Amino acid sequence: MGIFSYFRTRKNTAEVAKNRLQIIVAHERAQNGGYEFLPRLRQELLLVVQKYVHVELENIRVDVNRDGDCEVLEFNVILPDNKR
Amino acid sequence: MGKIIVVTSGKGGVGKTTSSASLATGLARRGMQVAVLDFDVGLRNLDLIMGCERRVVYDFVNVIQGEATLHQAMIRDKRVENLFILPASQTKDKDALRMDGVEKVLEELARRFDFVICDSPAGIEHGALMAMHFADEAVVVTNPEVSSVRDSDRVLGLLQSKTRKAKNGENIKEHLLLTRYDPERVERGEMLSVADVEEILAIPLLGVIPESKSVLAASNSGEPVILDNVSDAGQAYEDAVSRLLGETLPHRFINPAKKGFFSRIFGG
Repeated sequence: MGIFSYFRTRKNTAEVAKNRLQIIVAHERAQNGGYEFLPRLRQELLLVVQKYVHVELENIRVDVNRDGDCEVLEFNVILPDNKR
Repeated sequence: MGKIIVVTSGKGGVGKTTSSASLATGLARRGMQVAVLDFDVGLRNLDLIMGCERRVVYDFVNVIQGEATLHQAMIRDKRVENLFILPASQTKDKDALRMDGVEKVLEELARRFDFVICDSPAGIEHGALMAMHFADEAVVVTNPEVSSVRDSDRVLGLLQSKTRKAKNGENIKEHLLLTRYDPERVERGEMLSVADVEEILAIPLLGVIPESKSVLAASNSGEPVILDNVSDAGQAYEDAVSRLLGETLPHRFINPAKKGFFSRIFGG
């Protein structure tokens, strides 16, 4: 940390790396979470939700996230803009 | 029964063989009976890192195929008592590691040794899956770098789903070994920190091995770097061995060395 380093503009690439990793790792864990029933669960969930509101399969996300020792099963349903 | 420990990573070149050699040597120096096995069929290297490449007669695949006994194939280390090396085959193809054969060899070794260290090949193919399949514990070797961390996470997923313990509903004990760590680059924000990697992988930290010239010097001369007592990497491996044996120690070499007056003023 000499005086010369003050003239250098520094960008924190480690922080960029951490953010990118957190996103990709969460995504891949959800895909390979070891729960083979997740795709089927997603399909069945679609049928249930479609009874009430029209959504496409791509609007339903089923993720398994790890939080310390805890695993959290997370459902995300994106509702359409125009309410029917 | 001894403990079977797999040293794995997914990504290549992160220090699996260096770590296998040093952990095995360190455990044997503490009086444990240790066997260290190379699972990298076709690309063996543990023999070179352990400095016994000219003493290889039989290998792991010979034992599996019944062409040699374990006793004939194991190489006794010349420096450390109670340390034996089982080299991988250089010629056979990797499918020669049949699961029943691997199980038989590991069972026999676990009966005779306190620790059986399995040096996994890179990747997540057959050889790597065989190396982890019968493990009680796993040392996941990771560099503070995006591709290595991502691959380690994939390997953790496999450890939790594809291994014998996982299939029996038990858990493999996982350890994170962070290698090639450069505290100065971390301080400058150029490298992921210990805390960053711990947060993403969420497994207990076994040790942090600093980036060190002594690692290449050790592999050049076929001496596991843990035998280099004065080097920082050697000492960091000693600490990791203590933790593997259940001791609690503070982590060293994770902060930059203190700088002198001039380098602080002028940068360095």
